[in-house]
Amino acid sequence: MSKEYVLQLQHIRKEYPGVVALKDVTLELKQGEILALIGENGAGKSTLIKCCSGAVVPTSGKIVVNGKEFESMTPQLAAENGIAIIYQEFNNVKELTAAENLFLGRPIKKGIVIDKKAMEREADKAFEQLRIKIDPKSLMKNLTVGYQQMVEIAKALQQDAKILIMDEPSAPLTSAEVESMFRVVERLRSEGISIIYISHRLEEIYRLSDRILVLRDGEYVKTLVTKESEIQELIKLMVGRELTENYPLRSDCIKKDEVVLELQDVCGNGDEKISLTVRKGEILGLGGLVGAGRTELAEMIFGAAHKKSGQMIFRGQEINPKSPREAIDLGIALVPEDRKRHGAMLGISIKNNINMPIYAKNATLSVINTKAEMQTAEKYRKSLAIKTPTLHQLIKNLSGGNQQKVILARWLAANSELIIFDEPTRGIDVGAKYEIYKLMNYLVEKEGKAILMISSEMEELMGMSDRIVVLSEGRMTGELKKEDFSQETIMEYASVANTEEGKTV
Amino acid sequence: MKEKVVYQLKDKAIWVVLAVLVVAFSIANPRFLTPSNQLTLLRQVSMYGIASIGMTFVILLGDIDLATGSIISFVNILCAYLMVNMGMNMVLAIVITLIISTLIGTLNGFMVSTIGMPALIATFATQTAFQGIALIICGGLPINGFTEKFKIFGQGYVGIVPVPVIIMIACFAVGSFILNKTYFGRYFYAVGGNIEAAKLSGIRVGRTKYLVFSISGFFAGLAGIVMLSRTNSGMSNAGLGYEFEVITCVVLGGVSVTGGYGKMSGVVAGTCIIGALKNGMVLMNINSYIQSIVLGVVLALAVGFDCIQKKRQTT
Repeated sequence: MSKEYVLQLQHIRKEYPGVVALKDVTLELKQGEILALIGENGAGKSTLIKCCSGAVVPTSGKIVVNGKEFESMTPQLAAENGIAIIYQEFNNVKELTAAENLFLGRPIKKGIVIDKKAMEREADKAFEQLRIKIDPKSLMKNLTVGYQQMVEIAKALQQDAKILIMDEPSAPLTSAEVESMFRVVERLRSEGISIIYISHRLEEIYRLSDRILVLRDGEYVKTLVTKESEIQELIKLMVGRELTENYPLRSDCIKKDEVVLELQDVCGNGDEKISLTVRKGEILGLGGLVGAGRTELAEMIFGAAHKKSGQMIFRGQEINPKSPREAIDLGIALVPEDRKRHGAMLGISIKNNINMPIYAKNATLSVINTKAEMQTAEKYRKSLAIKTPTLHQLIKNLSGGNQQKVILARWLAANSELIIFDEPTRGIDVGAKYEIYKLMNYLVEKEGKAILMISSEMEELMGMSDRIVVLSEGRMTGELKKEDFSQETIMEYASVANTEEGKTV
Repeated sequence: MKEKVVYQLKDKAIWVVLAVLVVAFSIANPRFLTPSNQLTLLRQVSMYGIASIGMTFVILLGDIDLATGSIISFVNILCAYLMVNMGMNMVLAIVITLIISTLIGTLNGFMVSTIGMPALIATFATQTAFQGIALIICGGLPINGFTEKFKIFGQGYVGIVPVPVIIMIACFAVGSFILNKTYFGRYFYAVGGNIEAAKLSGIRVGRTKYLVFSISGFFAGLAGIVMLSRTNSGMSNAGLGYEFEVITCVVLGGVSVTGGYGKMSGVVAGTCIIGALKNGMVLMNINSYIQSIVLGVVLALAVGFDCIQKKRQTT
């Protein structure tokens, strides 16, 4: 093996029950270079770096660090071999000082007491080296996110890291902070530190990196030399999978001109000036990367979060739901992404899960009409084909697909006009996925509902939507008609960086 | 299928434990099983039973109410003061007392739901404060001298059945009705089981908490009135430590301490077990220090059993 590589991941494969997260991925990092790692959501970037940190044990493959071969890493081994990872969420203690955080877990001691003075002196030196001005005595919580990140980097260097892996380091930073982070990263490179830089902001990658490694669906696609590549080529490599046409077709029997929901310049919950319309009988896809502000938008429409400004017009009336209850009563429903935490009430029966939003409405003097609740549940068991021996069954005993149907039944029973799906098929197996798609089609086609669908799966987004609106970093970056759908355009819109100043820290 | 069996067992286990206890105490002392002793036993636990309805709801939500004992003490003094020192009509005094005890519960609901305090601390604060208020009202002295009619709630009989036992049974029936027949009952399970999903299903979680703490205050107040009638003397320390015995009844009855799971029938069994233990140990002349140890161990076992179940389910 060539000596110029400080880190090599060779033929890494990682299987989880039922899924292959990484298939034969090879990564080679040269000394003193910045290697950008890119790919869509779920391409396997995180899993790959977790193999380096020891958080994930690969099913097969080898990890070679400075010529030493390992089957897998442990966090301790990684540290001993000079690998450090700067995560998006910092591992710091907010109530301690910068110096104390720098030496967290291995303080400088004088006898049995901690030598605060020495730690502050050392911290000062470490910060000096990075040419950043941080008072070692200031509490972590009083530092800006950018400085907190610098403390993390300083900590990694303090522990003799030679290989630095940075996971979306620019995501939480303001533009000014991003600039100074770039300068630090470039200085580190000139000092011979090797860096793996993960980001979805393509401009940054062109600005910083020497080479680019592209992953797609857990597979290694290509490694490019940054200077010799084009942004269009890169996007093609990221999204260039074969589109399989296995989406059920919809017939257009409903005139799609009746606007159900209209948003005008809606701001709040991290989103800025979102304007869109959803019509009766259509599926509006909401595309973008994880963290683009799509779920946040759904929360505002559903009353789970509050908008700061702008207007929401639902079926001709301006609305301002203060709670999910109000939104539900208006006819808005949300099928959340995290089914187990936000959707299904696992310890409760199917029947009760379906009836939960309408109990109060159908009760006489608070007493439940047990016959009616059973009938409602029975009706939707039939029409949605929920597979269960009895409706008294606890929902946790159902498969993911059937759980999703129960939640759908809940909203149909509540007479919702607009149904927001947040990642409708996450955690659902392939066969059941198709069934959910058919149900969605049935809802818009036969029931005349309007659907707003958030999806990070490119295929699903393009296969199911009538139109697609793309968000990036809380802003709307594009809207596409069905005939203009293309993976490349969506990806391009989704990676537009927020260049405006003054993003809140 | 296996899971079903485990659930069935868990539901029935509590009755098996009760049966074993009854047999064991009957062998140790034949007097245990006599009808008169059994009725005495039930009368002894009636105050726990009444207060346990509200506590069941609170624990179903995954919260806790430590104010119960203190509300009982406060109600003792308040109701006695209204009747004796102010010469108020008995029915009016009882109604006012129940309203105020319910409002104390509402105050707990306000602190937990609107302010967002942990129930443990909020109800602990209420407990401490109302203990003090009770002492101020009575000046630390007991209040005596109620009308004959007032004795009926704690000392009366219908046939051979003590009135407090009848009140307890009625309370269990009401509790069971709320839990199984009204939509509030469904809400309690939903909120306790998954508060986020409950919120997103349109349940107003805050209001549900207000309701549950208020109900808990009401039943604690009712238990306090029965106790006042039984002891015939308003004492400012009447309910001291009662909340823990009530919590033991509920948890022993299989209500999950993390919320979301439990049945009223289980709480009935739990209450009977506490009664059988206390009564049986007295009959066996076991000294009260040791009784305390036994109750502590029983509480730990009950919660431990619940937690082991939970752990198994998640791993």
